[in-house]
Amino acid sequence: MTGYVIRRLVGMVPVVLGTTLLIFAAVYALPGDPIKALAGPGRVLSPSVEDALRERFHLDQPLWSQYGHYLGGLVRGDLGIDLQGQEVSALVARAWPYTLQLGLTAWAIMAVVGISLGTFAGMRQGGTVDWVVLTGTTVVVGVPYFVVAYVAQILLGVNLGWFPTSGVREGWPASYLLPAAVLALFGIPELVRLTRASIIENRYADYVDTAIAKGLPHRMIVVRHILRNSLVPVVSVLGLSLGYMVSGTVLIEGIFNIPGLGYVVFNGISQQNGPVVVGVCSLLVLVYLMINLLVDIVYGLLDPRISLAGRR
Amino acid sequence: MPAAGESIEAVVAAVPRDRRRLLRRPRIAIPLGVVVLILVVAAVPGLFAHTDPRACDLGNSGTGMVAGHPFGFDIQGCDLYSNVVYGTRSSVTIGFTVTAGCVLIALVLGCVAAYYRGVVDAVISRTMDIFFGFPALVGQVVILNTLHQRNVVVVSAVLILFAWPAMTRLMRSAALATVDLDFVKAARGLGAGPVRVIARHVLPNSFAPILAVASLGVGGMITAESALTFLGVGLRAPSISWGVQLNQAQDSFREHPHLLLFPSLFLSVTVLSFVMLGDALRDTFDPRSR
Repeated sequence: MTGYVIRRLVGMVPVVLGTTLLIFAAVYALPGDPIKALAGPGRVLSPSVEDALRERFHLDQPLWSQYGHYLGGLVRGDLGIDLQGQEVSALVARAWPYTLQLGLTAWAIMAVVGISLGTFAGMRQGGTVDWVVLTGTTVVVGVPYFVVAYVAQILLGVNLGWFPTSGVREGWPASYLLPAAVLALFGIPELVRLTRASIIENRYADYVDTAIAKGLPHRMIVVRHILRNSLVPVVSVLGLSLGYMVSGTVLIEGIFNIPGLGYVVFNGISQQNGPVVVGVCSLLVLVYLMINLLVDIVYGLLDPRISLAGRR
Repeated sequence: MPAAGESIEAVVAAVPRDRRRLLRRPRIAIPLGVVVLILVVAAVPGLFAHTDPRACDLGNSGTGMVAGHPFGFDIQGCDLYSNVVYGTRSSVTIGFTVTAGCVLIALVLGCVAAYYRGVVDAVISRTMDIFFGFPALVGQVVILNTLHQRNVVVVSAVLILFAWPAMTRLMRSAALATVDLDFVKAARGLGAGPVRVIARHVLPNSFAPILAVASLGVGGMITAESALTFLGVGLRAPSISWGVQLNQAQDSFREHPHLLLFPSLFLSVTVLSFVMLGDALRDTFDPRSR
């Protein structure tokens, strides 16, 4: 197990270097003046500000050294300074609790709804319930989720008044339920399909026959025997979807005005505040990588075959 | 998922051919019909909308449905129906360009990685790992945010940059399964060079799963483009696109919900038909997945 964790950690190094190098290349090393790119189109900075920024971002030094500074900054938690002179890390410090609440709420909704629907469908393979659930997942995949977000906001928020339409003034859970549900919807189809496939694979296993022969109640057979043994592959998708939600928060927080990390990016784009977008996105990428690493390790703990087999 | 090594007889027995094929027909035919219709709209929008989408009269700003203008007018006073119809083109163009680009990269790199293995495979696989390290939307936002000229070509290129690894990984594993088959070894034994073996033997026999994923991919890429444009890092205002219309609608959708409704509706129907087609194709090529 220790060997597996070390292998995974070492495997992470080139990925972290690669992703940060790509962001760095896109922002600092592309042809064109990065200071003008950071200022946004059509804005002119005064020469003194420009010189200060050049020094601040080490643009007078060679590229490899610039990359070193960028990476060093990321490691120390220094995400740069935005165009208003605020530390980006201060913006992040204010925003992350909202994103965490939204993400965890969405994740809980997704896990409960996804696994229940997948189990229902899998136990009734080929039946009406199965068909409805499968068709439903296709429709959810097919409708872009920011469209769903707006429709939910207009119908459930504005017209019916069941939920607050935007902001977090009513606190958790009221203000978070609707955006979390929309965010959860985004990950549900994959979870449902995987749970369903896993249930179908396990429901004819010998130990299920044994359980039936013992005369155990149906409910107990489904929950204790079939579902429990079907959850191993599900756990990894459940973990990975926590990572996918990182993308979803940018749109959902923007639409529902939740002042989290995604909202900071959303506003950074519309106010053409380049350093904010780059800083927070770099952080999101690192968070995403950390989540994936943790999921891999937990998965290795749950299923010893994975850590013994090595990579792939 | 059943083990990959499951005997082919078991799979064939699980699919009573004629009945399933009959059942499957509408699942392919209906979305395919819609897709063809969308392609026609994208190719010749003038057939469906007779009003110039750029002929705008501010006096009509935000007006709802009136005779001759079934979807009403947008904030600039432009006819919404013709804007939505003309918007089909950029979405479909991007969807197809990106998917075609990804399929091309996947075919070449996937086959090359599977054929040569070793160092070549390692370099390709580790490069893919780097791109899998990005939450896709976040990576696209960072890169597009630094580019000031964003037209269909630029947005497509950035989407390809983050979308090729998924398809390449699939192609690689399909090709890996093919490379070891006897007829490929036979071709090699007869002295066929790498280009011939890949083009004549490996590629045709590992291509099927890509087709289904490509159809799903067109839908996914159309969604991704509209999401980026909606966020404000995709296409920009003089371009006519659903994402641009949704972006402009977000400030005024409470007073004028139709501005949000019609572009969303067209976007959803388009993406949905590509996704349904892809789903149906995937089930056809891989009956075990259902």
